[in-house]
Amino acid sequence: MRRRKQLAVIGINLLAWALSLILLAPLLLILLNSFKTGKAAADMNLALPASMEWSNYAVVIEKGKLATTFLNSALYSVCSVLLCTLLCTMAAYVLSRNRRKLHSFLYLFLVLGIAMPINFITLMKVMQTLKLMNSRIGIILLYTATQIPFNIFLIHSFVSKISPEIDEAAVIDGASPVSLFFRIVMPLMKPVLVTVMVLTFLNTWNEFVMPLYFLGSTDKWPMTLAVYNFFGMYFKDWNLVCADIVLTSAPVIIVYLLGQKYIVSGMTAGAIKG
Amino acid sequence: MNKNRIYPTYFIFGALLLYTVLYVLPSVIGLGYSFTDWSVYSQEIHFVGWKNFATVFSADYNYTRMLENTFVFTIVTTLAKNVIGLALAVLLTKKVILLNFHRAVMYLPCVLSALIVGMIFKSVLNPKIGLLNTFLRKIGLGFMASNWLTDSKIAFRSVMAVDIWKGMGYIMTILIAGIMSIPPTYYEAASIDGGNAWQCFRHITLPLLVPTLTVTTVLNVIYGLKVFDTVYSLTNGGPGFATEVLYTGVYKEFGLGRYAVGTTLSTIMTLVMLVAGFFMIKHMVKGDGQEI
Repeated sequence: MRRRKQLAVIGINLLAWALSLILLAPLLLILLNSFKTGKAAADMNLALPASMEWSNYAVVIEKGKLATTFLNSALYSVCSVLLCTLLCTMAAYVLSRNRRKLHSFLYLFLVLGIAMPINFITLMKVMQTLKLMNSRIGIILLYTATQIPFNIFLIHSFVSKISPEIDEAAVIDGASPVSLFFRIVMPLMKPVLVTVMVLTFLNTWNEFVMPLYFLGSTDKWPMTLAVYNFFGMYFKDWNLVCADIVLTSAPVIIVYLLGQKYIVSGMTAGAIKG
Repeated sequence: MNKNRIYPTYFIFGALLLYTVLYVLPSVIGLGYSFTDWSVYSQEIHFVGWKNFATVFSADYNYTRMLENTFVFTIVTTLAKNVIGLALAVLLTKKVILLNFHRAVMYLPCVLSALIVGMIFKSVLNPKIGLLNTFLRKIGLGFMASNWLTDSKIAFRSVMAVDIWKGMGYIMTILIAGIMSIPPTYYEAASIDGGNAWQCFRHITLPLLVPTLTVTTVLNVIYGLKVFDTVYSLTNGGPGFATEVLYTGVYKEFGLGRYAVGTTLSTIMTLVMLVAGFFMIKHMVKGDGQEI
């Protein structure tokens, strides 16, 4: 009996490692090949690089214009994270606290967007009319709009767990609606705000379709579009493509490692109700 | 207390405005444009009735293939991700050494962009030098090595497999949270009664995970119907129309300037998803005391 148990423990651990390797191997492949010479990378295997070719990264940053595209991506993500967090927090707070008929309807209308697809072709028409085609502000507003439904859903359920008695006490002490929100309630929402910011950052950094449709000029491209284009031009130089992939993915992996707790709590909210 | 005064309605306006104009409005306009001959060449736009819908559903075009692929993709990836995700969740709620490491690794592909995952697998699935074929040859299964992305018989399966690889960790993470919310006393009682591991899974874990599995299913369906990045970067719908899905089709129509047909495809999807979405949202919102 004891022996069988030990065998089971070993089996489970081996299985976990085998599965983890299936997930890690392709990612390791990219990382290792980003340090190889062009010739060695052409074999695309998991052998360790003979020498560390850091110069791949320098070449890619220069040829792929990664400095510009990094700044573009950072600008789009940071601005939409800030704008989205502010707008969604304000809206979700009021929708959660004041549940009139109209507000309940508006809440449902907003969160229904989680399921709704975007009609990119008519969206182009709307963007043209608003003079937002091929514009940085346009992309930031679009990124923000797409993240609104899920974020409102997350914040709404968090606010309903904060006791409204706090609000009443503040109002009796003479707080205005604006100062009640920004000085009393918002600080209490910190955990959900971090989740919203992390998720919005990941989603917007990875966004590819919007710039593909709506950003024509290359100097406005984010990293995702640039790496795809680079791949098209240098598909024979796998070492360079891999270095570009590593650099494009580095920000999301760093944010993931730092904010893992918040990502998981955001992802599981709504799916699990006690 | 006057709620309307303390919680001013104008707080909602910013989010509501952006969402309505950039998210809802295009779909509403799209419904209208589905009945016109709008294209990049048209000076003026005419009403053409159901013509675009007839084009999309007629047998001589490849649109039906596209719709069929989208549904097959959605069903297969949803089923596979749920089954594999559940198996992974059960495995990674046992006493495994370095548990958090394994969980983190499984989730890692989910944070990468689908585009990047597509590019990575273009290398892994390369017929000559790709990691997968090299590996198969090394372990003596060389006959299984294939042209994963260019053989029209298997390309679509490869695309689905890549998507499952990327998405199973997400489902696993949600299901782990679901399993951990099951009170341990249930399992203790079962083991006193002499229940084995399979019986515990079959009669405790699985039934109590049904609500969670419902949500992961709907999330997967929504994702599957909208899939674009993975297919676009792996095969761009090819070879031929073998891996064409709805959103790669819409993008091609857009590129060709056939706006009306592209809009019609989008409209069909919007209608399908509004119905599916309504039930999911109802389920998700239920727990927060919100009445619908």
